[in-house]
Amino acid sequence: MMCRTDQAPDPEEEKDVDATDAMFTSLLEDSAEELYEQAPCGYLSTLMDGTIAKINATLLEWLGLERSRVVGRMRFTDLLTVGGKLYHETHFAPLLQMKGEVSGIALDIKTTGKQRMPVLVTSKVKTSEDGAPLLIRTTVFDARDRRAYEAELLRGRRAAEEARRQAEADRVRLQEALAVLQQSLLPAELPAVPGMEAASYYHTASPDLLGGDFYDLFPLDAHRWAFFLGDVCGKGPQAAAVTSLARYTLRAAALHDPDPVNALTTLNTVLHDRYTSGEGRYCTAIFGVVEPHDGHVEVHLASGGHPSALIQRADGSSDYLHTPGGMLIGVLPKATFTAARARLLPGDTLLLYTDGLTEARTGPDRTLYGDEALRTFTTTQPAQGPQALITALTGLLASFGDGLHDDTALLALGPTPLATPGVTT
Amino acid sequence: MDIRRRNNVTVTGCVDGPVLLLAHGFGCDQNMWRLVLPALAESYRVVLFDYVGSGKADPSAWDERRYGSLEGYAQDVLEVCEELDLRDVTFVGHSVSAMVGVLAAAKTPERISRLVMVAPSPRYIDDEGYRGGFSAEDIDELLESLESNYLGWSAAMAPVIMGNDDRPELGQELTAAFCATDPDMARIFARTTFLSDSREDLKTVAVPTLILECRQDVIAPREVGAYIRDAIPASRLVTLEATGHCPQLSAPQATAAAIVDFVGAA
Repeated sequence: MMCRTDQAPDPEEEKDVDATDAMFTSLLEDSAEELYEQAPCGYLSTLMDGTIAKINATLLEWLGLERSRVVGRMRFTDLLTVGGKLYHETHFAPLLQMKGEVSGIALDIKTTGKQRMPVLVTSKVKTSEDGAPLLIRTTVFDARDRRAYEAELLRGRRAAEEARRQAEADRVRLQEALAVLQQSLLPAELPAVPGMEAASYYHTASPDLLGGDFYDLFPLDAHRWAFFLGDVCGKGPQAAAVTSLARYTLRAAALHDPDPVNALTTLNTVLHDRYTSGEGRYCTAIFGVVEPHDGHVEVHLASGGHPSALIQRADGSSDYLHTPGGMLIGVLPKATFTAARARLLPGDTLLLYTDGLTEARTGPDRTLYGDEALRTFTTTQPAQGPQALITALTGLLASFGDGLHDDTALLALGPTPLATPGVTT
Repeated sequence: MDIRRRNNVTVTGCVDGPVLLLAHGFGCDQNMWRLVLPALAESYRVVLFDYVGSGKADPSAWDERRYGSLEGYAQDVLEVCEELDLRDVTFVGHSVSAMVGVLAAAKTPERISRLVMVAPSPRYIDDEGYRGGFSAEDIDELLESLESNYLGWSAAMAPVIMGNDDRPELGQELTAAFCATDPDMARIFARTTFLSDSREDLKTVAVPTLILECRQDVIAPREVGAYIRDAIPASRLVTLEATGHCPQLSAPQATAAAIVDFVGAA
């Protein structure tokens, strides 16, 4: 291979460049006029009043007009469709006046045979040295393909907007339906129990998803009341179906035999039989009976795999009412449940809750809130009865923000608090 | 409701001068008056505003039903007059705004005592025995034009909407937003403007009125100017040596002079 190392230009090569330059120069010089007339876009010069002073052959060809009919006789707006004229007068001309140039405006020109041709128009005002406007130079680009594409985009955009509106409407409808369904799984309001106070709260983690938490309080006879609170595994419509089944099974079972262990056993049988096909639907729950007496309330409850109830005492202490060994409800054909008893004096409150509360993530480390924190929190609250405790816990849940990721149900029961004037927090 | 903010109200000129209320038409905003403003501000207290749906008016005040009729725009005018407690006002309305002024003057003659109609038209669509200059199909074409220039709107408006305020020069921002209107609002304003028929309302005009028409105007043909002059007894028609629909831009000196002459003589 030959290698040239010297820097001197090759005389042969230099001659070639000169020849090419000369060829291009002559081509260009020859075609200055042609370049204007036959340019791939329309050229147009108008006086400030819009009268056309100069126009190229390309544009005349698009318009199907003779030069003699156009120059000095027509205005730029005469070339436009009526809609384009209106747009020109209301938008284009003011913008041009204001800014001295306008670019890429979509207009339609009238072509031969009453056809319309979409174009993109750019205009610039040429001014004299002292800034007085002299004339307007305009380029007109064929935008047939582009406008077809834009029309397609607009159609797509409209369709997308319509779909979005529809989806939004569907979502609202679905949320309304879910809210109604969720409400049907809970008592509209707790019944008034003589000698007792009861309060509840339900936090919905997502309006799009049915939660599986449930609770209820209802009379058994003139002296006794049954209550329960539970949590079905999972979320959504299937969980809601189990929730509904659990709620009505417990209500029916309690009327038949209010013993807490027996009521949970009945629920276990029903759930297990209903969901034997391997769907694995089960729940945890505490079921109990309260019997208000003069000055105190007797509680008898049983738990199936549910977090222990907490008792806030009038003296400021708080303790869990442990029910160890209670099994999940609906998993096995035979399950054992653990019962416990307690006596609530005025100022005492029995709290049932679902694990949304204790499994909330808190603090910068997103640590589990936990049983101990709940017990400590309760001891710091003045013992002013169920409603006061639920109010305090509602505030606690709100303080968790997005750390509270699950539905949470709360139910609190206790003797009607004694009027204690001068109680301060 | 802060009317001044809602309608982007600007007050300028002589504090003690007679009040001119300048109202823009369909298309752009109060900057339409930029070139006549210096001459008018010399002797008048000039109040400018943007109709809701245009310019820098508060878009959250938009109400499709209210601004689907000229009455809604007239309500904007009345509310601006009340907010600033304007009296003995000369209302200068461009294009469709001239008819908005007619409606507003009929409602508060105690505030609006003179009308200046710049390139007005009480009806754009031809009717029996009346030439407005347009057919109903023409108006559909305009709506199409608005639609196809939508993309340009997005590009011009995006920085303004997003509050991307790294260009502190007010003038620059104004020109960026000039003529850029939310296409949904523009479509309704266009429909309201070009499909309205205010010919009957002209009969209610009881205040001295100046009609300014252009020698050549594709939107408001000469017949329309004569029609309005004949319909309003106390009116004067002046034909400006100007072409196009916006004499305040194409012939600002002649336009300002005609207004000064009229208000001074009134």
